[in-house]
Amino acid sequence: MMTVSAVNDMVIRFANVNGTGSASANEMFAKAIFRMGIPVSPKNIFPSNIQGLPTWYEVRVSEQGYLGRRDGVDLLVGVNPQSYAKDIASIKEGGYFVYDSTKRLHDDFIREGVHYIGIPMMQMCMEHYENPRHQQLFKNIVYVGALAALLVIEMEVIQNIIRAQFSRKEKLIPPNFKALDLGYQYAKAHYSCPLDIRLERRDHVGDSIMIDGNAATALGAIYAGATVAAWYPITPSTSVVKAFETYAKKLRTDPETGKKKYAIVQAEDELAAMGMVIGATWNGARAFTATSGPGVSLMSEFIGLAYFAEIPVVLVNVQRGGPSTGMPTRTQQSDILSSAYASHGDTKHVLLFPSTPAECFEMSATAFDLADQLQTPIIMMSDLDLGMNSHMSPPLKWNDVRKYDLGKVLSADELEKIEKYGRYLDVDDDGICYRTIPGTHPTKGSFFTRGTSRDEYARYSEDSDVYERIVDRLAKKWETTKSYIPAPELFQQSNQNERGIIFFGTSSYAALEAMDLLKQKGIVLDAMRIKAFPFNSTVADFVDSHEEVFVIEQNRDKQFRALLVNELEVSPKKLTPILNYGGMPITADAIIQQIMKKLPATAPLISTNNHKSKTL
Amino acid sequence: MTFVKPAFRHPGLPKNKIGFRKADYEGAISTLCAGCGHDSISGAIIQACYEMGVEPHKLAKLSGIGCSSKTPTYFLGNSHGFNSVHGRMPSIATGANMANRDLIYLGVSGDGDTASIGLGQFCHVLRRNLNMMYIVMNNGCYGLTKGQDSATADLGSVSKAGSVNPFEPIDLVGLSLELGASFVARSFSGDKTQLVPLIKAAMSHPGFALLDVLSPCVTFNNNNGSTKSYDFVRDHIEATSTVDYVPEKDEITIDYEEGTSSSVVMHDGSLIQLSKLSPHWNPTNRDSAVNRLQEAKAKGEILTGLLYIDPKSKDLHKILDTVEQPLNSLREKDLMPGQQALDKINASFR
Ligand SMILES: Cc1ncc(C[n+]2csc(CCOP(=O)(O)OP(=O)(O)O)c2C)c(N)n1
Ligand code: SF4
Repeated sequence: MMTVSAVNDMVIRFANVNGTGSASANEMFAKAIFRMGIPVSPKNIFPSNIQGLPTWYEVRVSEQGYLGRRDGVDLLVGVNPQSYAKDIASIKEGGYFVYDSTKRLHDDFIREGVHYIGIPMMQMCMEHYENPRHQQLFKNIVYVGALAALLVIEMEVIQNIIRAQFSRKEKLIPPNFKALDLGYQYAKAHYSCPLDIRLERRDHVGDSIMIDGNAATALGAIYAGATVAAWYPITPSTSVVKAFETYAKKLRTDPETGKKKYAIVQAEDELAAMGMVIGATWNGARAFTATSGPGVSLMSEFIGLAYFAEIPVVLVNVQRGGPSTGMPTRTQQSDILSSAYASHGDTKHVLLFPSTPAECFEMSATAFDLADQLQTPIIMMSDLDLGMNSHMSPPLKWNDVRKYDLGKVLSADELEKIEKYGRYLDVDDDGICYRTIPGTHPTKGSFFTRGTSRDEYARYSEDSDVYERIVDRLAKKWETTKSYIPAPELFQQSNQNERGIIFFGTSSYAALEAMDLLKQKGIVLDAMRIKAFPFNSTVADFVDSHEEVFVIEQNRDKQFRALLVNELEVSPKKLTPILNYGGMPITADAIIQQIMKKLPATAPLISTNNHKSKTL
Repeated sequence: MTFVKPAFRHPGLPKNKIGFRKADYEGAISTLCAGCGHDSISGAIIQACYEMGVEPHKLAKLSGIGCSSKTPTYFLGNSHGFNSVHGRMPSIATGANMANRDLIYLGVSGDGDTASIGLGQFCHVLRRNLNMMYIVMNNGCYGLTKGQDSATADLGSVSKAGSVNPFEPIDLVGLSLELGASFVARSFSGDKTQLVPLIKAAMSHPGFALLDVLSPCVTFNNNNGSTKSYDFVRDHIEATSTVDYVPEKDEITIDYEEGTSSSVVMHDGSLIQLSKLSPHWNPTNRDSAVNRLQEAKAKGEILTGLLYIDPKSKDLHKILDTVEQPLNSLREKDLMPGQQALDKINASFR
């Protein structure tokens, strides 16, 4: 029988039942590999339900540092009989099925071409632990122990993780060690260890960290000086504000008085959450909210107000599967258009597209500067994959001399020098006006904020000329915006290639891997990663200089492509969509297959030597 | 169109204790219909702020959408104003207050704005006891969209077009008492003597202060059969007590006559003096307020005055335990933990 065989290159999947405490064991497994210096990329695949349903955890191990998802499971740990059939079917030819052999496996589950590794997990736990909850919990540690033997994970590394995890409940360390050992010894005694797929210590992770995008985003908000957060719970964005609260508690509590230098309100709904953000920033604090698709729909009326009345807003949109309640625990990039054009009338909004946790941190911090500088909503377009999964990432960095850029805010002294202040006067001819914060000056600088048309002095007006002056100035501000926001990243521009690819956000992991693999087939593509909307002229140039550009995105309706066509007036014919919208993160394989299908048989296989693949 | 008032002020006009003239509390000329109750309420706000010696720029005025919500333009021209979207002023006020606890927050809303589209936000801002004065200019109808019934229109009330309202009203005062508001009062736009002291008391109350002010819409709801017309309200009004507000800074001398008057001491030492019209009226007893309100309803009376006050009210900042310094004044040195802290955080993720 065929056997999968590889060192430091595999996909391991755990099939568990939601609510059985498997998550921490699975994370322990991924972290141990990471600590052995091998790049690893774990993903939670979980149901929109709290308890009892099948849940999966998938770990991709890649010595080359490919951190996107990869199809095909090399080894599956199945402890949920409910999903056995589907799980066993997902294993690659020659792969392994590690299962709880306390009960005999039914013949229906025996598949040709799969190696079966039975470990009597429950039985061992029943023998060694009395408390039924412990029997359940330690079963998870038993399989981690077995994997340590089968794949060669350094025992000491796992033990250190356990020690750290239970540093406050030391009593629990010995029984964890015991469970680990039970699994380890059983596997050693009954199977030839290691398997043909196995791990070897490397030095490929450097000073990287493993962090999820939502925590990194929250830290960005902390470092940017956000003091007000208002939110309404929704998967997958909830942990943004929760992490913000955790760090604020640690880092922002006045040591003398114990009082908080921040205020967080769980609003009654997303409408109110956005209203609170607007009220707070209007009043000169840095404020933000985090939500997902349905929340953006509810916030739209207010987003339009913030755009028109020119109020800074930071909104983190952690996208999930839509439309409507769609697939709330699956990932997509399908709020592109509803975010870019949120609200009625002629509105458009600045979008930021982070690809990695480090970028979540940096972009989140930058979003607050941008919101203040541009006095407009800034929407950070994260997604479930980035937000809720741990990713290997460069460490977070902050420049201690960095100051908050509060944009054009007039102080009392500055107001004193101005003869007649006008809130909506375009003094600098860049479309961005000067604002004042309530309470600044006794007689100067007050103005009326409203969502209705008004003149340069913030006085209500329905005059056509006055209205056109505002909306034209907002269009000018939109042009100015292009020089403020992060520029696209070019991975190669040879100008010899006929084809290029454009991608953004979490598709980048798979896109970069696909580029590498295509190169091995002799197909070299110029590539551009877009980091923000509005698009600057380099995007149009990139499209212009290629005959065909593949646009990779994770939604059905080619929303990003539509945005390119609409905003750049490039020919739709040049933009070939490469899509993925099943709710699972896109894979390099899916990209390659779609590109190959679209290449004519005679496609020239241009090869250039200046291609440098980059990791994110 | 905003009309500009002449800037000339007679130098001999009296000034209040902080040196402002009454005109300094005015705003643009109103564009509401002549005789609209809302304008009288604006007048009462101007009067109260002038008498209290409020620094105009230390007050933020916020509203939703509606004729009533337009009024902040017509008073306190030196205050920042925010005319938000329909029904959602409470959340804007909440955010503003979170950012700077030091300003006085005055919310103005209509009965449509509050009791229909904004009912959710109203309940929640009240529940959080945000330190603000929330005035509902209640005319039982939608003025700005031309006279449709609002959710506060009484059952059986007849609109200008002659249709009879088939639904029970939402009584914002009853609702507020029920939801636990820490200050609940009702008044009538035509009764400035009662309204001005109530506004002053509401402003110095540290928490959410509801003022439901009946304010007839002369254009769409001042007809026979309407229960929010001037004549109907005048005929059915029943005051719990007449109120006098005595600010902390003045020397407080109470003209106290056993059995006719009592007073409530506010958090800052100010007094609300009540001359009891109705016997045994105690504005610090929520239950008796609820009962009395029910009685009045059964009798077809409109109960006005200060119905309830909790002198120990704790506002949102107290509940959240935030620093005394306004959050919007905190800067890098207060807020930014620096790379060193980040190094530790990075280490926790290895
Ligand atoms: C979302 C939304 N829906 C509807 C409207 C239209 N609208 C404007 S004012 C108003 C009602 C105002 O009634 P009320 O709050 O009682 O104020 P009044 O004009 O009577 O003072 C309505 C429905 C709107 N502006 N926004
Ligand atoms: S329509 Fe009614 S509420 Fe509106 S301004 Fe006229 S009288 Fe006042």
